[in-house]
Amino acid sequence: MKKYFKPGIFILSTIPFLFIFYKIYFNKLGPEPVKEITHFTGEWTLIFICLTLSMSPLKRFTNLSVWTSFRRMLGLFIFFYATLHFLTYIGLDYRFDWNPIFDDVIKKKYVFIGFAAWVLLVPLAITSSQKMMKLLRNNWKRIHRLIYAIAIFGSLHYIWLSKTIFFKPLIYFIIIIVLLLLRIKINRKELNYG
Amino acid sequence: MKKIKHSEITPENIYKKRRSFVKKLGFGASALAVSSFPLISNASSKDRNELTSYKDITTYNNYYEFGTSKGDPHRNSKMFKTHPWNISIEGEVDKPIKLSMEEISDSFLSEERVYRLRCVEGWSMVIPWMGFSLSKLLSKVNPTSKAKFVAFESIYDPDQMKGQKYPVLNWPYKEGLRIDEAMHPLTTVVTGLYGKKLPNQNGAPLRIFIPWKYGFKSAKAIVKIKLVEKMPMSSWMWASPREYGFYSNVNPNVNHPRWSQATERIIGEGIWAPRVKTLMFNGYGDQVANLYTGMDLKKFF
Repeated sequence: MKKYFKPGIFILSTIPFLFIFYKIYFNKLGPEPVKEITHFTGEWTLIFICLTLSMSPLKRFTNLSVWTSFRRMLGLFIFFYATLHFLTYIGLDYRFDWNPIFDDVIKKKYVFIGFAAWVLLVPLAITSSQKMMKLLRNNWKRIHRLIYAIAIFGSLHYIWLSKTIFFKPLIYFIIIIVLLLLRIKINRKELNYG
Repeated sequence: MKKIKHSEITPENIYKKRRSFVKKLGFGASALAVSSFPLISNASSKDRNELTSYKDITTYNNYYEFGTSKGDPHRNSKMFKTHPWNISIEGEVDKPIKLSMEEISDSFLSEERVYRLRCVEGWSMVIPWMGFSLSKLLSKVNPTSKAKFVAFESIYDPDQMKGQKYPVLNWPYKEGLRIDEAMHPLTTVVTGLYGKKLPNQNGAPLRIFIPWKYGFKSAKAIVKIKLVEKMPMSSWMWASPREYGFYSNVNPNVNHPRWSQATERIIGEGIWAPRVKTLMFNGYGDQVANLYTGMDLKKFF
């Protein structure tokens, strides 16, 4: 039973991709298709950030270690959807026209922080393998704590690009903050017991 | 005076054909409106001036009173009651009045006016509005010499407009114009589109439309027009004064913190269509630039 978990989660995680692919192929994206793809991939990046961050609290609450075994895969799906999001923006929207893109990155804080979040994801994706984990030892954990900053950046990216914080940007922000606060408590416990 | 009846519904394809026929002949009722549409010399001008489909115009809306998603206004405004409807025109005027929608449609002839709508979010549509110049309506009340600005107020009815139950904006929706902007012939009181009655999601029963300004300046479902001496505060200025200025003229040289104003996407063009360059004053510079001579438009954005 347990051996089907990971492939199952892998298949589930590709559903958003297949869904948007289907919508593009059959031209079902409405009046502003490029924005639709950008928003869709962006939101799924945030959802995968939330899912990835939920694994260790779930492990704690359920006393089941299986949760954290999904973390690597979910984390790589963050990178996958974030990269689609990034490529949609620079490729489909701006046609690799670097001047306005560069202008956006330095002048608009939401683009800047979004870009920063994607850049920070790159080393996490590169060092995600078991081999790298062994190679980097204690530093691996340190590097992978970047996900906390990435989560906050991602949430701020959404807040700053929206006309108002109501409601989705606020909801993602609250979820991410709660998931991060849960960690602070966990760490304290560990300290007490340690 | 013959009025154009909203009940004479014309299918969109026939409507478009009829328009191109009139255009070819170079005369007829809509020839005036067509000629007032700015000519664009670049290569994409053909696509750029093509009418946006009725479906896109009526299902892709920013109307936060009915929800913040683009599809919300279409979904949530179906039961919105636009009858009876009264509009009061008051403030610095000789004779304040209250007009019913019937009185307005009886006394003002709506004509077709094809204008481009440029949203602050970086997209645009070309819409065949039905309407008349706001100056005609304002001449009914004789603004006094103290009337320097015009403030528009939209309806506040949270029972019918579920978006108003939340503090998304400072309800009711408020907008404003300088008096010379309001008196400009391009500033339009809109009562319909595509030859039909104005759909609820587009601001029924009556809205304004200012073609050279970003879409949010054109308030929907208006119940009050007040002439005032001091510059009024709009809902968007109240929400974020740094991002939304009073003037909000379409200006590719003034960056919004969030959206590129140098280019825009044309609604309905499909996934592979590139962005096009945004035009100063949305292409209406010939007619409106003189309103702002000597003004630093970067400062008064």
